Amino acid sequence: MGIFQLLMEKPWLPVEGEGEEPAEQRASSMESPHVGLRVFLAVATVLFTLFLVVYVERMTFPDWRPLSEPWVLWLNTLVLIISSAGFHWASVNTERGDLEGIKTGLLAAGVASFAFLAGQLWAWQLLVDLGYYDMANPAVGFFYLLTGVHGVHLLGGLVAWFRTSAKVKAEADMAQLRMSVGLCAVYWHFLLVVWLVLFGLLLLT
Amino acid sequence: MAYVAPAEAEQIPAAEVEEVELYHAKSWVTKYVFSQDAKVIAIQYSTTAIAIGLVGLVLSWLMRLQLGFPEVFDFIEPSDYYQFITVHGMIMVIYLLTALFLGGFGNYLIPLMVGARDMVFPYVNMLSYWIYLGAVLLLITSFFVPGGATGAGWTLYPPQAILSGTPGSEGGIILMLVSLALFIIGFTMGGLNYVVTVLQARTRGMTLMRLPLTIWGIFTATVLALLAFPALFVGAVMMTFDKLLGTSFFMPAIVEMGEYLDYGGGSPLLFQHLFWFFGHPEVYIVALPAFGIVSDLISVHSRRHIFGYRMMVWAIVGIGALSFFVWAHHMYVSGMNPWFGFFFATTTLIIAVPTAIKVYNWTLTLWKGNIQFTLPMLFALAFIVTFVNGGITGLFLGNVVVDVPLSDTMFVVAHFHMVMGVAPILVVFGGIYHWYPLITGRMLHEGMGQFHFWVTFIGAYTIFLPLHYLGFLGVPRRYFEMGETNFIPESAQDLNAFVTVVALIVGVAQVVFFINLFWSLRNGKQAGSNPWKACSLEWRTAQVPPGHGNFDDLPVVYRWAYDYGVPGVDEDFIPQDLPPAQVSTGKGG
Repeated sequence: MGIFQLLMEKPWLPVEGEGEEPAEQRASSMESPHVGLRVFLAVATVLFTLFLVVYVERMTFPDWRPLSEPWVLWLNTLVLIISSAGFHWASVNTERGDLEGIKTGLLAAGVASFAFLAGQLWAWQLLVDLGYYDMANPAVGFFYLLTGVHGVHLLGGLVAWFRTSAKVKAEADMAQLRMSVGLCAVYWHFLLVVWLVLFGLLLLT
Repeated sequence: MAYVAPAEAEQIPAAEVEEVELYHAKSWVTKYVFSQDAKVIAIQYSTTAIAIGLVGLVLSWLMRLQLGFPEVFDFIEPSDYYQFITVHGMIMVIYLLTALFLGGFGNYLIPLMVGARDMVFPYVNMLSYWIYLGAVLLLITSFFVPGGATGAGWTLYPPQAILSGTPGSEGGIILMLVSLALFIIGFTMGGLNYVVTVLQARTRGMTLMRLPLTIWGIFTATVLALLAFPALFVGAVMMTFDKLLGTSFFMPAIVEMGEYLDYGGGSPLLFQHLFWFFGHPEVYIVALPAFGIVSDLISVHSRRHIFGYRMMVWAIVGIGALSFFVWAHHMYVSGMNPWFGFFFATTTLIIAVPTAIKVYNWTLTLWKGNIQFTLPMLFALAFIVTFVNGGITGLFLGNVVVDVPLSDTMFVVAHFHMVMGVAPILVVFGGIYHWYPLITGRMLHEGMGQFHFWVTFIGAYTIFLPLHYLGFLGVPRRYFEMGETNFIPESAQDLNAFVTVVALIVGVAQVVFFINLFWSLRNGKQAGSNPWKACSLEWRTAQVPPGHGNFDDLPVVYRWAYDYGVPGVDEDFIPQDLPPAQVSTGKGG
C-alpha cells in the first residue's frame, strides 16, 4: 500500500472484509537494524549535502583560491573501492554460509579501510608540504574539513567492523553474521559513494 | 447510529509482530542508572531537562531584574546580561523543550502507545541520554571557564560570536559549539530509536492511521529534527574551525581593535542560512509533539473522538514539510533580494493553513463534547488560546513590510515566547498532569494543580501581552539598558518593572508544582489502572506504573484511539485492544 493510500485510511470506520494482515502494519519488510541504518544514512546524506551546498556557495567568493589535489587521493579512492568490495564479498559469503569467505572479505575490507585512513593522513601531509596550510583560503579549509568528516564516519564504521569481526571469530550464528556483515556492507558502499562525490567535487573545483 | 460490532476476523490482522528479546538489567546500576529501559531513560531525560530548564528560568529572572530595575543590581554587568540572554535561549529551546518532548515524552510514550515492549535499539537509546547529559554539563561548565559563557545571543551569529568584544569569545563559545554538536549526536541516536520503533515495532493491528496523534506529533517532529539538526551541526563545526584553526568559512575580512585579523572574505550570511534552516523547523520540533499531545488531552477529557483525525495527520505532516521552506523569514533584515523575501513571506503564510485546520479541529472536538475541566484539559485549552495568540502575531512578522519595523523589538520577543515558550510549556504541564498517574500510580493534588494553572496562565499573559505593546513603542530587544530616548515614553519603564515583578511571581509559583510532584508521590490519591478512562494502549498495561517490558502479552489493536461516546455502547469509551465481541452494547449486558 502506498503512502497516499495509507493516509486515505479512515480509522474511525470498521474494517470491511479484511482477513489478512494489512501491508501498512509494518511499513517495511526489512529488519529493524536495516531500517535504522537507512534512517541514519538519510541523516548523514543531509549532513554531507549541506557541507557541499556551503562549499559551492563559498566558492563564489573572491578569496577562493583553488588547490591542486595530491595524487595519493586517486590511490585512496582505489583502496576504498577495495574495502567496499571486501564487504560485498563477505556479504555474499554470508548468503552461502561460507565462514572462510566471510573472514577473507572482512580482513580485506578492514585492512583497506585502515589503509584509506592512513592514505588520507598522508594526503594532508602532502598538502602541508605543498604549502597549503593557509587556512584563510577556504579551499584549503574545506579540503581538511570534508576529508576529516568523511574519515570520522569511516572510523565510526570501523567500530562496527571490529564487532563484526569478533562475532566471526566467535563463530556466531550465521543469521547474526548475515545481519552484521550486511549492515557494514551497506554503510561502506554509502561511504564510497560519498567519497566519490566529494572527490569529484574537489577535482572539479 | 448504534454501535455494530464487526466480526473479529475482519478487524484483526492475521500476522503477529514477533516478540523481541528484551534486555534485562542485572544490577541496580544497570536498572536505574545505565538503564536501557525507555521508561527509565524518559525519566532521566525529563529530570535533566527540567533541571537545566530551572537554570534557564533563573537566568530569565536575572535578565528581568536588569530590565525592570536598571542600575539597581550592581552584580549584573552588561557582559553577564548577554550571557544570560544567550544561555537562557539555548537552554529553553534545545536543552529543555526538545529534550523533554522527544527524549522525555517520546521515550515514555512511544513504546507504550504503539504496543511495543521497548525501543528497538535500547543500548543506543541509553547512550543517547548520557551524551545529552554530557552536552548539558558542558553547557553549564562554560559559565566557569575564563571569560564565562558565550554572550553572542542564542543565534550565535558570526563574526561577533567569536570576536573578542563579545563575552565568552574565548572558551565559552567553543564549549557552546561542542555542547551543541554533542547534543545533536545524542539526539540522533535517540531519534533513530523513535522513528524505527514507530515504523517497525507497532503491535498487531496498530496501523499507522490508528496511532494516537501524540505519536504522530512526536514521530514527525523527530523526522524534522533528524533532517534539521545537521544544519546546526555543520554550522557549529565550521564555526569551531573558524575560531580554532583560523579558517574563513563565515568570518569576513575584519578589523578588531584597530588591527586586521587573519580572516579572509567569509560569509556570515552563510551561517545565518544554516542556522535558520535548522532554527525554523526547530519551532515545529517543539510544536508538533505539543499539537499531538493536546489533541489526545482534548479528546480524552471531552469524552469525544478527535474531529478530523485524518486531516490532523495530514496537517502534522504538511506543517513538518512546509517548515523547511520558511527559514529565511528570520532574515528579512539581512538585506535579501525582495523577491526572496516575497517567496518566504508567501510560504510562511501558507503554513498558517494546516495550522489553522488543527485549531478548528480542536475546537470542533470540544463542540458538544462532555468537557471535563480537569487539570490536563485546562492546560490544553490554555495552549489553544496561547498558540492562536502567538500564531496571529506570527502572521504579522511573516509579512516583510510589517516585520522590518518590528524586527529586533520586544514584539518579536513577545511573539516567540507566546508561540514556542508559553504554549509548549503549557502542554508539558498538561501532559505531566495527564500521565503522572501512569508513571507513579498516584494522582497529583487538585488544589495545588489549580493554583499552579491559574497563576501560570494568567501570569504568562500578564508578562507577555505588555511586551507586545513595548515592542510597538519601539523598545528594542537585547539592550542591557535603555538610557534616555526620545521616542519611548518614561512609562515604558514602569511597564518593564511591572513585568519583572510578575515574572518573579510566576516563577516562584512553579515551586508549588514541584511540591505537588514530590508530595503526591507518597500522598497522592491512588490512580487505579485507567483514571481518565482513556482508549489508548499506555493505560492497558498489566500493572500501573508499567513494568519492564510494558505488557504481559502484547496487545492486539482493533480500532483507533478515539472511540469515546460511541452510540449504543454501555461505557463511554472503547479501549483500542478490546475485542469487538467484548464491547458491551446492552445496558448491563
